[in-house]
Amino acid sequence: MSRPRPEPVQVVKERRDRALKTLVGGIPYVQWLGIQFDRRGDELTATLPFDEKLIGNPFLPAIHGGVTSAFLEITAMIELSWSMLWEDMEKGALDPQSVDDAHLPRLPKTIDFTVDYLRSGLPRDAYARARVNRSGRRYASVHVEAWQDNRTRLFAQATGHFLIPSRDKTA
Amino acid sequence: MTDATAAQQFIEAIPHSKALGMTLEEIGEGRAVISMPYDTRFIGDPATGVIAGGAVSALMDTCCGAAVMTFPGARGTATLDLRIDYMRAAKPGQRIIARAECFHATRTVAFVKATAHDEDEGLPVATASGAFTMESVIRPADTKTGTKKEGAQ
Repeated sequence: MSRPRPEPVQVVKERRDRALKTLVGGIPYVQWLGIQFDRRGDELTATLPFDEKLIGNPFLPAIHGGVTSAFLEITAMIELSWSMLWEDMEKGALDPQSVDDAHLPRLPKTIDFTVDYLRSGLPRDAYARARVNRSGRRYASVHVEAWQDNRTRLFAQATGHFLIPSRDKTA
Repeated sequence: MTDATAAQQFIEAIPHSKALGMTLEEIGEGRAVISMPYDTRFIGDPATGVIAGGAVSALMDTCCGAAVMTFPGARGTATLDLRIDYMRAAKPGQRIIARAECFHATRTVAFVKATAHDEDEGLPVATASGAFTMESVIRPADTKTGTKKEGAQ
């Protein structure tokens, strides 16, 4: 019994990157805020490049609390969608070729979201990573942390509950 | 009155609130009403055209902050904590109106509740509750406490 030859690394990477790009690129608000996602294996890091329109307090200046909240919520939601997509993709249950703009996986719905503001957001790029602490058939609990210059000095963190879309339909 | 005017100017000077198209509808005495029009750029779910939760939370945060700003004696504020519960999807095409009330404030902390509706005034789209910092007008009694300890820099 011989194991099938592993796929070439480029093929695997390209498939995963394309699926991520389709997932993120299809959401207008994510594009409007300018949020990007970096992928290392299944780990995602979100980046929010600084822009004048993100300012909430022009006198400090500081990033708007609502921007911070939106950034955290998007990171949490994409992480959750990505973890589901990843699982289906790796199991072979989902053909990544079928994931395009017209056939995006249904996104989770936010039930509640609680943001803890630790420091004011400085007028520079921000980063965030989320962790799915629990994901069941219907509900998921996701924690997310955001920082700027220093990974250990978070400027905000949040926890949210999400309603998982039913799995029988991907479109 | 001056508080309300200052708050109005302050809110209208916020680049992000301007970018989201927010309009201050009413303000004063620890209350604020702010609206945000529907805009396809702010869609969070392309399958349904529903506005992103993040845009609603930006509206809620601004509205809560505005309510704190006009609480008697308040000078400035920042969000400490904000929780948002999403009851239902906002109808695509309809503007969203947030109403916030600062129902209690100490010298250092303000407590706020808010609701957001689309054109259907029944069940809210979302509700919010938060704690905000309170930079109050310094009273003579406060300046006497000389042993003021600040957190680590």
